[in-house]
Amino acid sequence: MSTQVTVKDGRLAVEGLVKTFKSSKGEAEDVVRAVDDVSLSVEPGRLLTLLGPSGCGKTTTLRCVAGLEHPNQGEIAVGERVLFSSSKGVRLPANQRGLGMVFQSYAIWPHMNVRKNVSFPLRARRGKDRLSRKEITERADRALAVVQLDHLATRPATDLSGGQQQRLALARALVMQPPLLLLDEPLSNLDAKLREDMRFELKRLQRDLGVTTVYVTHDQVEALAMSDVIAVMSNGKVEQMGRPTDIYNNPRSRFVADFVGTTNLIAGEVESREGDRYVVTTPQGRLAARSPGDLATGAQVIVSVRPEHIQVAEGEASTSAPGVWNGTIANRAFLGDAVDHLVSVGDFTVRTRCNPSIRFSRDSAVHLTFPSEHCSLLPA
Amino acid sequence: MTETLQQLPPVGPTEPGEPPRIGPDPARWRRVRIGSGMLRNLLRPSNLIVLVCVLLVAYFVLVPLLYLLYGTFYDGRTITFRFFEEAYSAVGLTEMWRNTLMYAIGSTVLSVTIGTTLAYLTVRTDIPFKGLIFATALIPLVVPGILNTIAWIFLLSPRIGIINSWLEPIFGAGAINIYSIGGMIFVEGLGSTPLVFLLMYAAFRSMDPALEESALMSGASLWRTVRTVTLPLVRPALYTCALIMLVSGLESFEVPALLGIPVNEWVLTSRIWEALGHFPPRTGEAGAIATTLLVIAAAGVLWQSRLQRKSRAFQTVSGKGFRPRPMELGKAKPFVLTGLLLYFAIAVVLPLLTLIYASLQPYYQVPSRASLSALTLDNYRDLVSDGPSVNAIVNSFSLSLTAATCVMFLVAVVAWVVIRTNLFGRNILDSLTFLPLMIPGLVLGVSLLYVYLRFPLPIYATWWILLIAYFTKSIPIGMRYASASMYQIGGELEESANTSGATWWQTFRWVTLPLLFPGLLGGWIYLVVGLIRELSASLLLYSPGNEVISVRIWEMWSDGSFTEIAAFGMVMVGVLMVLVLIARKLGANIGVGLK
Ligand SMILES: Nc1ncnc2c1ncn2[C@@H]1O[C@H](COP(=O)(O)OP(=O)(O)O)[C@@H](O)[C@H]1O
Ligand SMILES: [Mg+2]
Repeated sequence: MSTQVTVKDGRLAVEGLVKTFKSSKGEAEDVVRAVDDVSLSVEPGRLLTLLGPSGCGKTTTLRCVAGLEHPNQGEIAVGERVLFSSSKGVRLPANQRGLGMVFQSYAIWPHMNVRKNVSFPLRARRGKDRLSRKEITERADRALAVVQLDHLATRPATDLSGGQQQRLALARALVMQPPLLLLDEPLSNLDAKLREDMRFELKRLQRDLGVTTVYVTHDQVEALAMSDVIAVMSNGKVEQMGRPTDIYNNPRSRFVADFVGTTNLIAGEVESREGDRYVVTTPQGRLAARSPGDLATGAQVIVSVRPEHIQVAEGEASTSAPGVWNGTIANRAFLGDAVDHLVSVGDFTVRTRCNPSIRFSRDSAVHLTFPSEHCSLLPA
Repeated sequence: MTETLQQLPPVGPTEPGEPPRIGPDPARWRRVRIGSGMLRNLLRPSNLIVLVCVLLVAYFVLVPLLYLLYGTFYDGRTITFRFFEEAYSAVGLTEMWRNTLMYAIGSTVLSVTIGTTLAYLTVRTDIPFKGLIFATALIPLVVPGILNTIAWIFLLSPRIGIINSWLEPIFGAGAINIYSIGGMIFVEGLGSTPLVFLLMYAAFRSMDPALEESALMSGASLWRTVRTVTLPLVRPALYTCALIMLVSGLESFEVPALLGIPVNEWVLTSRIWEALGHFPPRTGEAGAIATTLLVIAAAGVLWQSRLQRKSRAFQTVSGKGFRPRPMELGKAKPFVLTGLLLYFAIAVVLPLLTLIYASLQPYYQVPSRASLSALTLDNYRDLVSDGPSVNAIVNSFSLSLTAATCVMFLVAVVAWVVIRTNLFGRNILDSLTFLPLMIPGLVLGVSLLYVYLRFPLPIYATWWILLIAYFTKSIPIGMRYASASMYQIGGELEESANTSGATWWQTFRWVTLPLLFPGLLGGWIYLVVGLIRELSASLLLYSPGNEVISVRIWEMWSDGSFTEIAAFGMVMVGVLMVLVLIARKLGANIGVGLK
């Protein structure tokens, strides 16, 4: 794909953003802190994902950047341009920010055809920014070509399928060559197969165009697959921000470990420490784990281990070293590309994931090995 | 209260379009904040438009009401209840109240029963000819109340009634007397059935058919399902509908005037009319009765909105875009179909045929071989050269087209303000648009007389005072249409225009208005038709030369020109039907809706 639609690059900086809503329920003046002191920064051309469960404030954050919500506090800047600043009293209206946005519902105008939809941002220009009719059509068609909808330019927008509407919305957001692209769960209305295709398509387009992007999703698989940087949000706060591998392998809180991917969370107490290596006692047995943090012996902790990192082997273990537990297979689930075993260790259940060629029958005795480099210690 | 008001189903012939697709996390209606930044730029054109619209609504709604209260409680010197004493010391008061209640309740029961049955049959059963049923059920909507009443006088008057003349050999002369409370209930009830039909049609359409189907799967019979599942589910809509009918029964004027006054059966509205008929008019007394009516109507409307608030949990609207499988009528089908035909024959065909027949007669007579062989088009020919009639048509159309068009634009802006902004006072604004619904036509007429008798500009006794009345009367219904369609279009459609760089006015013109258009057009048709039928306010406000169609029919009735009325009425019904067809066709072409 050629980069015919060139995009101004922009660095997004969000500082101390706060947005509260009055709760609609009840008479009492209840205030919901939908966005609670959020700071983000995205390097030019990168894709940042806001990841979190429904209601954690992702959309509100995005809408504050877009200018559709009026934040209570904070500062938002794209490149050199300050879009919002509570301290300087700056608030640019949404229609002067020049950002591209794709809404969750796509917000395709049903009374316009495909080209009219795309050219709208160009037609809305006033004064000296006005474009000639010819130029408007050209640029609209170029944007359509980028998303491969140019052959449908004169169709009514309502004739398009879900995936096409989604691409149309994208073309409309890109046609002004915005410094920043905002996407609010753009794939959530598509069916599973199409969603996977679009995931790669979107990522490729974003990289080709080099447009700085903020992507909102509650789907961790999507976030891991697409992002340069992920910000995991919960209750209006950013819990952890980092590269996808960081987030996945070194979660810094129980919430992040639990929300991103599947994991086993095992509560215990620090028994001893040697550098960054710890031994943890749990009701099920002892574990060896690593943590960059500073934890005293006797501290309550949670050990997080991903199912795919636990090795399962037949029979009882011959050692009593930390990180090796005996158990019995309680249940098995075939997932196609993997097989999950639920292993009972006392009254605790450990989820493991291995290659489908490995199968254990129900009730058979096994032993589990927890590699210390994959056991993360989290504050309890 | 304001929120519940918006829950009112749209009143009228368009069905709400399919809402734009919304993801699993349904978009909330986001409000645009008009903050201090915008207020600073108060003089920007967009804000001026909004401001002007808000002021217009306040002016049109509040001024007549305040003047009415002023004129009723102030006799020029002191605050007084004198007019109430005069109004309520008249003889026959208990009887009037009894009549009023019997009339309003009776006609409500009749129209709600028939209208709901018709709606259920058309929406949810496998009855054939649904399109035809839908169209036929709506025909009475374009027949003005006064014309309908006159048609029934032709049919059921003890002296000249056609049906009575057929029944005479068996039951003796004047077997059925239309000049009675029973007759009034009958005519008013049939006349308001189409409105019930429309309201309940919408209610049944929005019900999730799976609820009924699961009752069927549990082994319930059709009748049991209707009784135990369907009716309880639409109960909120049913109550709303009954209350609207009750209030409109209380406010109706044509039927009590034509059928009640000649036999001294008085109701509230005819008493107002009587009080104004004296010379000099007893406006204080009329105001006192009008205030009573206003209070009753207001109580009804408030009660209804309370009911609706309580029943919020009941709302069953779900699954969009479903294709409900109709309920099978089975063996009952022939009987149901026969009943339906009978209803249409009586309620629609008979009055229309009577009018057509009468319009073709040189003078009114009961049909006979002789009269049927003496058909003539003279009445229609005379109509063309009858100055006042032609003038009335011109006035009616110019007034209702102007009023409907202006009101629809006004309410589009107002609905936007109420739904999409958090402007201070938007809830009050919403309630204001609702107020005129509680003002009966006669009362509106009385209050506008009060206002513009004292007004410095020459508006009294001109075309303009009628326009103002029509304008005021149209605001509530127009607003219901506009806000219903505003709720249908997702806020994101406007927001994406906003992020695309469009200004408020660009967004409103290019996105909001076109998307609202089908809903606005539906409201516009409904208003035009309703305004052309309007009689009671016009009757108080017209002046010679400014007669409208319904007033002209009233005059001709007083002159005894029965056959001319019939011809005039037929022309008007024909024109209205064509108008509705054109408008609907236009709407279908322009109408949009995401698949
Ligand atoms: N317009 C609003 N009025 C009141 N509360 C709101 C509004 N918008 C969002 N909220 C609240 O703010 C919180 C975050 O919402 P949102 O940003 O939409 O979450 P997400 O997109 O992560 O699912 C929720 O608790 C939601 O109820
Ligand atoms: Mg969201």
